[in-house]
Amino acid sequence: MSRKKIQSRANLIGYVLISPWIIGILCFQIWPIIHSFLMSFTNYNLINIPSFIGLENYTKMFRDDIFYQAVKVTFKYVFIAVPAKIIFALCIALILNMKIKGIGIYRTVYYIPSILGSSIAVAILWKALFVKDGVINALLARIGIEGASWLGNPKYALFTISLLTVWQFGSSMVVFLAGLKQIPSSLYEAASVDGAGKIAKFIHITIPGIMPMMSFNILMQTINAFQMFAAPYTIFNGRGGPINSVMLYVIYLYQHAFKYFNVGYASTLSWTLLVLIAGTALTLHLIEKKFLNFDD
Amino acid sequence: MNRKMVTTVLIYLLISLLGLIMLYPLIWMIFAALKPSSEVLTSASLLPSQFRFDNFAAGWRLVRPYTFGKFFMNTFFLVLSCVVCSLVTSLFTGYAFARVSFRFKSFWFSILFLTIMLPATTTLVSRYVIFSKIGWLNTYLPFIIPTALGVGNGGGFFIYLVAQFIKGIPKELDEAAKIDGCSTLGIIVRIIFPLCKPSLFSVAIFAFMWNWDDFQNQLIYLTRVDLYTVALAMRTTIDATGADNWGAVMAMSLCSVMPAIIMFFCLQNYFVDGVSTSGLKG
Repeated sequence: MSRKKIQSRANLIGYVLISPWIIGILCFQIWPIIHSFLMSFTNYNLINIPSFIGLENYTKMFRDDIFYQAVKVTFKYVFIAVPAKIIFALCIALILNMKIKGIGIYRTVYYIPSILGSSIAVAILWKALFVKDGVINALLARIGIEGASWLGNPKYALFTISLLTVWQFGSSMVVFLAGLKQIPSSLYEAASVDGAGKIAKFIHITIPGIMPMMSFNILMQTINAFQMFAAPYTIFNGRGGPINSVMLYVIYLYQHAFKYFNVGYASTLSWTLLVLIAGTALTLHLIEKKFLNFDD
Repeated sequence: MNRKMVTTVLIYLLISLLGLIMLYPLIWMIFAALKPSSEVLTSASLLPSQFRFDNFAAGWRLVRPYTFGKFFMNTFFLVLSCVVCSLVTSLFTGYAFARVSFRFKSFWFSILFLTIMLPATTTLVSRYVIFSKIGWLNTYLPFIIPTALGVGNGGGFFIYLVAQFIKGIPKELDEAAKIDGCSTLGIIVRIIFPLCKPSLFSVAIFAFMWNWDDFQNQLIYLTRVDLYTVALAMRTTIDATGADNWGAVMAMSLCSVMPAIIMFFCLQNYFVDGVSTSGLKG
């Protein structure tokens, strides 16, 4: 067979195999993005024939107090929950990596909350635990501390939700553990020969060694955190919690799309969310490039 | 030496205590499922004053006129269809990315990465409009069809995971089969499929969990009670919850997380392999 013939055969096989996936991307990912962009300039509400209203949805959004509240709450949640979860996961991974006996058991125990993921049972559990006259406060009362209204007080409600996120740090931890295992022990030995102390080894070998896992974890967790929905939606009955202090972006988006059927406005919110997430991811990437690019 | 021992003991104490705190909510849930309803929220003690196994019977019939048996069957049907579709698609598409050198492959591979990172919520509203126009609301098609096309829950991630695994399989194996006259389909089914089972196990596990937990999509696409999944049924129970049936609600909560937990303990090693070889979203 000629070279050209082999290549065209490879093209044929390749595209036959990936064609379902390409159709999937076009129909269910690229088209919805374009579609929501177009809808964001209309007053579509699922029943009417959408008519073009220019930038009206966008100007409405910039005058919408709850929109600003939702953005504020979401960023607050992202910047509390993600770093806390990552730092926690990293610390535990470092401890478990110190040749701990029975590491398998600890890894399992720490991972179990993660497998429950965003299930409704976990949301119900959190509600039962943290409600005003609930279990946490009963336990606190035993040791003489007067508990707060963890879900009813706007000061604590978002914090309580963040705690749920941090509780599920197991998957990030497993990623870190895998990264730590990949660092060749010869590096540490060589550093010891050169007279490096524990702290120097940590800074110059461990940290650069797990940097890929770190950036992966931060990126994925941030993207996920922006989309937090199931637990707060269930706990606060589809609303934004006490004085909208837990009005996460996607809950607000959901309200407009599926409660008021403002598809046009919800599309505007969707696009803005995409821009916010992409912007944050890009910023993270740039920060990482600028500050963490040591050694190589 | 002595100081080192003290540190070791302290570390074990610390991580054990933390493990206990991590598990406490779940242990509490198990016992709460057996408590009388009046005790669930208020009692600080872990053990019930009396064991109420009838919570399960009451919970089973909490969402009338159906039972949780129906909701479990619905969910299993939905989730298992998605698992099978995820497996087939990720095997074939993953093979193409790992082994076939078609034109513009690197372009499509970067598209694959973008789809892994694309936040699904940003296309939620449009997908709903599209599915409602083609009459797929109140069916399981909005879950199964995108999954079959590799863009459902975890779609791009699964393709990537399987492709990476296939890259690690020695190429000589499929080349030998090719020389013996095996077709591409034959190579995938007879050679690659048995060898990449570990990665397919990971795909099956994560497809199962993520579809089981996919509350958001279930909430918007399924509004008829006879199509409800366990997650949707659970949600209606707490909507209607007064103080009188918390025991039953906790019993059903426990039931609803059991499939994931049982699967985790049966397939633990595949879990860890899957997460650590290619990272994880959750």
